[in-house]
Amino acid sequence: MAKNRLTSPCKAVVIGGSAGSIDVLMKLLPALRPDLSFSLLIVLHRRHSGESSLANLLSVKTVMPVREVEDKDPILPGQVYLAPADYHLLIEKNQYFSLDFSEKVNFSRPSLDVTFESAADAWGPEMVGILLSGANADGSDGLRAVKKAGGVIIAQKPETAQSAFMPQQAILSTPIDHVFDVVEIAEYINSINR
Amino acid sequence: MIEDIEVEWILNDLLDFYGYDFSNYSRASLKRRITRLMTMDRFPSFAEFRYRVRMDPDYLKRFVEEITVTVTEMFRDPHFYKSLRTEVVPTLGAKPFIRVWHAGCATGEEVYSMAILLKEAGLLHKSLLYATDLNPGVLEKARHGIFPMAPMKLYSENYIESGGLEDFSAYYTARYDQVKFDESLGEKMIFSTHNLVSDRSFNEFDLILCRNVLIYFDKDLQERVLNLFDESMGQLGYLALGSKETLNFSAIRQKYKQLNREKIWRKIG
Repeated sequence: MAKNRLTSPCKAVVIGGSAGSIDVLMKLLPALRPDLSFSLLIVLHRRHSGESSLANLLSVKTVMPVREVEDKDPILPGQVYLAPADYHLLIEKNQYFSLDFSEKVNFSRPSLDVTFESAADAWGPEMVGILLSGANADGSDGLRAVKKAGGVIIAQKPETAQSAFMPQQAILSTPIDHVFDVVEIAEYINSINR
Repeated sequence: MIEDIEVEWILNDLLDFYGYDFSNYSRASLKRRITRLMTMDRFPSFAEFRYRVRMDPDYLKRFVEEITVTVTEMFRDPHFYKSLRTEVVPTLGAKPFIRVWHAGCATGEEVYSMAILLKEAGLLHKSLLYATDLNPGVLEKARHGIFPMAPMKLYSENYIESGGLEDFSAYYTARYDQVKFDESLGEKMIFSTHNLVSDRSFNEFDLILCRNVLIYFDKDLQERVLNLFDESMGQLGYLALGSKETLNFSAIRQKYKQLNREKIWRKIG
């Protein structure tokens, strides 16, 4: 079995990040093909505020529709979904989102682990999990779950991250498939498009 | 995580042994909560966990309390409370009597928030706040009006951001790591168990609040519960949902008009 490659068509790429990740996304999004055949999910640690300006900020950088998820939204290909502040983002097997306001995990809500684990359960070998810059250990357990379910896992090259701790932590604790800089992440995502 | 089929077994047991129907709860959340509980309570296997749930009614209480999410906050989403304060509460003032229903109130933080709004508007004396949840345990906590001290700083900030002008700390007495809210706030509250899945409408209300409860239900159950709210809603009554929940996909939508950017709808049809 090929270790580093998806063996089935990709349904979703899930990107998790914390401190220093918005800059990465601002570079990554414009480098992606506009006609992605899968969904792009973004989960970021962010301050809880009433305004949802982050979705607007990101939508400037891509022609794909960017939507901050509401409960039970369907998950469609070619769309960018942003986890709302102060909810965990879960994936239902019949391709829609559920939100969850339970306890914080790793001091975080949304927690990257929670979404990665839920995505791994829903999509298994049909997904890619990517962990970006951050100063928290969130995300490592989730990536491990994605790997265990047969998905591909990628960490941002720590020396290219504003906060190296989070990707570093994942690389130390989990057999990561690829350690990429931003350009390589974009190339990889474009390469799995069908 | 446990297997999908194991979740179904547990759900069947709950219905067969105890009459609890969780079959229309969101699966992703349920599965995560059950896995979490098994880890927390250190069950060596799913079989042992299932046996305990089936055979031990005391453990069932814990199960239901942990599986359903009871996390809540005072004045959660301050801008929402600001809308309640400035746009909803004043229109209730003309009524001789105000009935409010908090459906799925958990430990009651939002009920106390509402009581504070009504008190500050001079309306609490002619209001009744019905607060229901399916967990008897959390209702017992809510009834006492005793909350942990730690989040009071956040709640106080939320309160001010919601347009509150009083000294928030004057509403409670602190003792050690807990606070007890003024008993005059609790006098107008009625706490009762009510299961949104299986219980019916029990009154008519001017305002129904059900925030961050529907997210744990699948779409079919959401629709059933929204219909239950509609049946329980007086003319020109208000329905308030969580900030990421919506009425838009429901058949009752056409009878309601959304107030503004907040998730508050008014019954007009």
